[in-house]
Amino acid sequence: MLNKYPLWKYLLVLLVVLLGLFYAAPNLYAPDPALQITGENSAQQIDDATLRRALKSLDEAGIVHFGETIDEDGRNALIRLEDAEQQLAAQARVSRALGDGFIVALNLAPTTPDWLSDYGAQPMKLGLDLSGGVHFKLEVDVDAAAERRMEFYVNDTKRALREARIRGFVTLNDKGQVETRFKTEALREQARSIIADNNPELVLDRVDEADSWNLTAVMSDATRKEIADYAVSQNLTTLRNRVNELGVSEPLVQRQGQNRIVVELPGIQDTAEAKRILGKVANLEFRLVANLDAAPSEKQRFEYRSPDRAGSSEWLERTVIITGERVANAQASFDQNGRPNVQISLDSEGGTMMSRATRNNIKRRMGVLFIERKYRTRYEVQDDGTEVPVKVPYDEKKLLTAPVIQSALGAQFQITGLDSPLESSELALMLRAGALAAPISFVEERTVGPSLGAENIRLGVKSVQYGLAMVVLFMVVYYRVFGVAAVIALSCNLMLLVAFMSMIGATLTLPGIAGIVLTVGMAVDANVLIFSRIREETANGLSPQMAIHSGFERAVATILDANITTLIVAVILYAVGTGPVKGFAVTLSIGILTSMFTAIMGTRALVNLFYGGRRVQTLSIGGRKS
Amino acid sequence: MNTINFMGQRKLAMVFSAILLLISLGSLAVKQLNWGLDFTGGTLVEVHYSETADLNAIRSTLEKEGYSGAIVVSFGTDRDVMIRLPKGYSDKQGAALLAKLQEAFAGSVELRRIEFVGPQVGDELREQGGLAMLLALGLVMLYIAFRFQFKFAVGAVVALVHDVIITLGFFSVMGMEFDLTVLAALLAVIGYSLNDTIVVSDRIRENFRKIRRAEPVEVVDISLTETLGRTLVTSLTTLLVLAALALLGGEMIHGFAIALIVGVVVGTYSSIYVAANTLLILGVSKEDLMIPVKEGAEQEDLTP
Repeated sequence: MLNKYPLWKYLLVLLVVLLGLFYAAPNLYAPDPALQITGENSAQQIDDATLRRALKSLDEAGIVHFGETIDEDGRNALIRLEDAEQQLAAQARVSRALGDGFIVALNLAPTTPDWLSDYGAQPMKLGLDLSGGVHFKLEVDVDAAAERRMEFYVNDTKRALREARIRGFVTLNDKGQVETRFKTEALREQARSIIADNNPELVLDRVDEADSWNLTAVMSDATRKEIADYAVSQNLTTLRNRVNELGVSEPLVQRQGQNRIVVELPGIQDTAEAKRILGKVANLEFRLVANLDAAPSEKQRFEYRSPDRAGSSEWLERTVIITGERVANAQASFDQNGRPNVQISLDSEGGTMMSRATRNNIKRRMGVLFIERKYRTRYEVQDDGTEVPVKVPYDEKKLLTAPVIQSALGAQFQITGLDSPLESSELALMLRAGALAAPISFVEERTVGPSLGAENIRLGVKSVQYGLAMVVLFMVVYYRVFGVAAVIALSCNLMLLVAFMSMIGATLTLPGIAGIVLTVGMAVDANVLIFSRIREETANGLSPQMAIHSGFERAVATILDANITTLIVAVILYAVGTGPVKGFAVTLSIGILTSMFTAIMGTRALVNLFYGGRRVQTLSIGGRKS
Repeated sequence: MNTINFMGQRKLAMVFSAILLLISLGSLAVKQLNWGLDFTGGTLVEVHYSETADLNAIRSTLEKEGYSGAIVVSFGTDRDVMIRLPKGYSDKQGAALLAKLQEAFAGSVELRRIEFVGPQVGDELREQGGLAMLLALGLVMLYIAFRFQFKFAVGAVVALVHDVIITLGFFSVMGMEFDLTVLAALLAVIGYSLNDTIVVSDRIRENFRKIRRAEPVEVVDISLTETLGRTLVTSLTTLLVLAALALLGGEMIHGFAIALIVGVVVGTYSSIYVAANTLLILGVSKEDLMIPVKEGAEQEDLTP
């Protein structure tokens, strides 16, 4: 029988639509403005007493709150507020009441009912242009990192030649190469093999001058790339740590391209504060662990930084062996037996200081301190009686590790006895983060105020509604019953689009909404193609059933071709675009895919249900009657 | 259905297209594009005043505070003001500027957005945008050459280039700002116009195979007539939603909507006149589109 789907096809369409409905549904529940409380370090627990203190401060200010919860591992507390206008005031109150050590962040708490969220249904994330917030793009100066490495090579080469008692003159020339000059060719060949052994990653070149035999050394491209990668990943780690400090509920720190890092902080308005925290510098100190009998005036106690060892501490000597500036590189690696370790390279001065300090202290332990500049908030009462928060800086020093010194250390040594590759890579990252990081600069900054974000949502939703209404009206007038089928399919398409975006956790941006609007306009194209075909076939004298059948059959190839090419464009847009443009590309591509399903299968199912399997004289499809 | 003699006007259409292209290219060469902040780099501050903002007062405040070369315009309503600082101001200027404005104004000045784009980012973006466009055209050409035939690919790409240049020309002539969203719109125009061109090409191919004795011009005319209804309806629905977007979507999306409206109008025209016309100029014929006989099939016939 023509134009009858087997039952399973109807069920499939129905199932997809129902699934779409289910996953799109969370977007109907508007989120509550909320405060999120976390501890400053991740091990800190938020207990009931803390939460009660926070709530009391809100009660005192007459700010209505409800639905406070502490999550299962006790690291987060959430307080929902009635009124979004009071969110900022509430934040100030609560952070005042809790004092330092807690981060109080603005948040939008989803109100998705349990029966939805239990099955993973979540609302779409909003981009910064809709939620308000700050977007930074930072550039890592990888050339500076490479240059610093070259300086290390100069010193290292000097040291190696000195140890081998080869006389040569080592400089960093203005081409950025390590240049070594020798009196005789024999010396140069000797030196060449030493340098090649010492730093195999260097590419060596012989250059002859009138009375000197020279060697120039540059980094291999692979090494250069490695250094750039390290510099960026090091900055990424540090930025992640610092962003957490800012107390943003859903921050994004992401590498972009070769040497850029994108930081997105929803809900933040104070860019100056954000930049201060992002741009601050960390440092390292290497100190010996104090002997048991050391005088109290000569030792200091430090806690471990790692949350796993929270609470335990060590006494370190007050004398600092070297600081982070002397560390050229730190790299996670494995020893001959495949055990994880961290290889540390110091510059030559650092190497000298290290060997002087460790020579006589073998079998003692050496502690590595990680130093971060942090801020405490103090409240000062102004003349007019108002309190203003003042940020007071202080250095927080925490112990990274305290390994035993096995032998006299030089410019290159390793820390062994680590439990896992994970631990070694984390330690290496922290060491690099504390060493002088490759400088970063802000190359792009966008701040969207919350009112503009809200307005963008309102306008976007309005244009989708009006656009959709006009298309619906036109389709129904122009194509009658078939128009109704197309409109139902179009609505399902919108719903599936929203559901799909929610499921994959895509971010909705303003251009993304534009993409949805455009999809509404273009998605009907497939139906228009099919319906014009059916009209034509009817005009050519085919029976209604035959016309429907061949109309759908013949239009499908055209629809596929047209959509695949559009998809190609959308994919390129995604690959090249940044931020908001990516959002547009995502909605456009998903819209194309869902529209093919709804326009071809969905409409067909509806038309089949209505006309299929029975005797039909005329089709209600508008146009000239044949 | 009567066949409309589309190709009868092909000379006229060619002249028309040529004039539009010349105006566009001329304007692009002389006036160039009004590049947005995304591409030039610089600082942009959008603020909302609690009462009608006096642009001249704002200008003089800025002049006095040493922000020379600042462009101050109202943005949408008379309370929304957009200030653009040229390249060379650092990334710290936005917030400081806001404080100065608040000082000079009795009511409240609310920050809508601050954008700072470093100069190097802008240059890269321009390069990337151009590259994306070329890549899109190249891949599309490949796909069509593979699915249809090389002459169709040339026709489609000529039509796309035509649409892109004229849309760019429109932005140049009108002096409208060309920002990242407009670039996205331009790529969407490529997608849209392609849609149209492919539908038409598809029908031309079908008719070449179906209609036995007919001149290529006739076949093209028949195909265009048959697809005209669909072309117009789709353009109409798309224009309807775009109109909604342009009128209701707000300032930030306005350029995007306008670019697409121009692109859709030009794209509809070009799929009728430019793509088909190019096909005829390239001398498309029935032989180009015969389904190649598979070698395997022939051999099967030979075996008893």
